[in-house]
Amino acid sequence: MNVEATPPTGGILAGPDSAPAPWQRDVFEVLKAARVRQMSFVPDAGHARLIEMFQRDPEVQTTVLSTEEEGVALAAGAWLGGERSVLLMQSSGVGNCINMLSLMETCRFPFLTLVTMRGEWAEFNPWQVPMSRATAPVFEAIGVKVMRLERSEDAAETVEAAAALAFEGEQRLAVLFSQRMLGRKKWVAK
Amino acid sequence: MSATTMRLDRREVVRELMKDRGDLVVIAGLGSPGYDLFAAGDHDGNFYLWGAMGGAAMIGLGLAFAQRNRPVLVLTGDGEQLMGLGSLATVAAQKPENLSIVVLDNGHYAETGMQKSHTGLGIDLHRMAEAAGFKAREVVAMQEVAALRREIAQSAGGPRFATIRIGAEDTPRALSERDGVFQKTRFRTHLGIAMP
Repeated sequence: MNVEATPPTGGILAGPDSAPAPWQRDVFEVLKAARVRQMSFVPDAGHARLIEMFQRDPEVQTTVLSTEEEGVALAAGAWLGGERSVLLMQSSGVGNCINMLSLMETCRFPFLTLVTMRGEWAEFNPWQVPMSRATAPVFEAIGVKVMRLERSEDAAETVEAAAALAFEGEQRLAVLFSQRMLGRKKWVAK
Repeated sequence: MSATTMRLDRREVVRELMKDRGDLVVIAGLGSPGYDLFAAGDHDGNFYLWGAMGGAAMIGLGLAFAQRNRPVLVLTGDGEQLMGLGSLATVAAQKPENLSIVVLDNGHYAETGMQKSHTGLGIDLHRMAEAAGFKAREVVAMQEVAALRREIAQSAGGPRFATIRIGAEDTPRALSERDGVFQKTRFRTHLGIAMP
C-alpha cells in the first residue's frame, strides 16, 4: 500500500488546491515589505503555501536546497551582495545547520529562518521527536535568537519583528511555527 | 617524468587567475586556497573564509544572484568542495551564468597533515559537476589556466566548474584578515552597498 502525505486539511492550513490562509498571506507580505529578495528552502508541508507564493513572485529568487546548511551559506552570500534572504525549513533540518551558523555569528551576518515544527504535538512519527526537542537548544547554542509562534493571529507581527531585528539589528533569528498552530499532519491511503 | 612532478604550482596558478581581474569578486574556501588568493595580492573584492567548510559554493550562489552583472568566482580546495557536494546540484539547478567554481585539487587535506582526500583516492569532481550540469573540465597545464581566466572574467555563459590539478607540496602560509565583520564591511563597501 502506498501512502501519500498531503498538507493538513480542515485546520487553519489551506488544502492543496485552495488559497493560502490569511496568516500565510500576511507572513509573505511582511517578508516582501522587509525587502527579502532571496528565499531558499527544504520543503515542508507547513511551508507549502509560502513557498508557492515566493515562487510566483518575479522579484524573489527561490532556491531549493539539498540540505538546510546550504541555505545558511546562501544567506551570507546574498548579504555580501546587498540582498536580504529568508530560509524556510522544518525542525528536522535545524541540526544540519549548526556549524554553518558559525559563519553568521563570526561575520555578524543578518539571518532569518522560519521553521515549521514537527515532533511536538500530535506527532505520529517518533523519528521526528528527538530533533524537535533539540531545535531551540541547537539554535541558542550557536547564537540564534528563537521566537515561538503559537497562534496564527500573531504570525505577521512576530515575523515582522524578527525580520527587523535580523536585517536592521544585524542579528540571527529563528521563528518556530508550532505544530499545534500548523495542524496535525494528515495521511491518505491510496 | 611522473605525474606528480608535472603538477602545477598552486601559487602560480592563482596569480594567473587573478591577473587583470576587472570586476571579478572572489570567495575563497578555507585553508590553502585563501592563502593562495592572499599571496596573489589582497583585494577588497576578496572574501576569505576561515571556517564554514562546505559552504563556499553556496555563498558564491547567493552573491551571484545579488550581483548578476558581475563575475563571481568561488576558489576552493578539493576537501572543502567534497564537504558540500550537494551544493553542486543546488547551484547547477539554478544555472547562475555569472558564477564559476574553481577547485584547486591536490588530492589531499593539506591543512591537517596531508591525508589523502576522496579525489586523491580517484574521485573526479569535475565529472560529478559535469553530470550535475556545469560546463566542467579538468585543467592540467598553465596555458589552460590562462584560458580559464578569460572565461571566469565573464558575467555570462556559466555556471562553470574546473578542477586544477596542483602539486601537494607544502607551501608557506600567507595569512589574510581573519576578522569576519571587517571583511564583510570591506567587501560590501567595495560593491558600493549602503548600510545596512
